Amino acid sequence: MAKSSKPILWLPFAAGGMASALVTPALIMVTGLLVPLGLMHLSYEKMAAFAHNPIGKLILLGVVALPAWHAAHRMRTTAHDLGLGAGPGVKLVCYGSAWLMILLSVFALLMI
Amino acid sequence: MSRRPYVRQIERSWWLSRRRYFVYMMREATCLFIALYSALLTDGLLRLSQGPEAWDSYVAAISSTPGVLFQLVCLGFAAFHSVTWFAVTPKAMPLVVKGEPVPPKAIIGAHFALWAVVSLIVFIAAGI
Repeated sequence: MAKSSKPILWLPFAAGGMASALVTPALIMVTGLLVPLGLMHLSYEKMAAFAHNPIGKLILLGVVALPAWHAAHRMRTTAHDLGLGAGPGVKLVCYGSAWLMILLSVFALLMI
Repeated sequence: MSRRPYVRQIERSWWLSRRRYFVYMMREATCLFIALYSALLTDGLLRLSQGPEAWDSYVAAISSTPGVLFQLVCLGFAAFHSVTWFAVTPKAMPLVVKGEPVPPKAIIGAHFALWAVVSLIVFIAAGI
C-alpha cells in the first residue's frame, strides 16, 4: 500500500482548527474592534518587546501559522467538494499560500 | 495513487439545494476568512519588523473603515468556525472516564469555557 501523507497534513489541521477556534475571534476583536475604537492601544514598544521575547515569538508564530495551515487544508478539501479536483494545482495554491505566510512570519520574527 | 485520478463531474452549486448543505459550505468557507486574517497578521509582523513608522501605518490601516469592515466579516466567520468546531469535538475526541462515556454536552461545554478563558487571556495580554 502506498504511504499516505494524511496524518502529517491532518495533525496540524486539527491543531490549527483548535488554535483558531480558541484564539482567532478574540484576536480579531482586539485588532478589528478594540484598537479602532480606541479602547486598546497596540504601541510599537509593547509589540516589539513582546516579539523580542523568544516565547512571544513562538506565540505570535503559532497564532499565524496554525490557523493558516488549518485554512489551507480545509480549502483543499473544499475545492474537492466543489469539483475542482485534488490535483497538484489545488495543493500548490492551498498549502503554498500557507507556507508563504509561515515563512514570511518566521522571517519577520527573526528580524525583530 | 493513480496518475490520472478520476474526478466525478458535479454541479458546482450543489450546496445551495438544501439548508443543511448550505450550512456545511458556510462552515467550510470559514477557512477563507481565517486564511485572509492570517495574511493580515503576517503583514503585521512584517511591518513590526520594519520599525515604528511601518507599525503605526499598519495600525492606522487596520483601524480604517475598510479595515474594520473586513475584520468584522472575518470575526463573524471565525466565531462560526469556533462554534462548529466545538460542536464536533465529542465525535472527534470522545472521552471515557471510569468506563463511562462523558456526555457530549459536557465536552462541548468544556470547550466553550476554555474559549472564554483563552479570549480573556488574549484581552489581558493585549490590554497591558
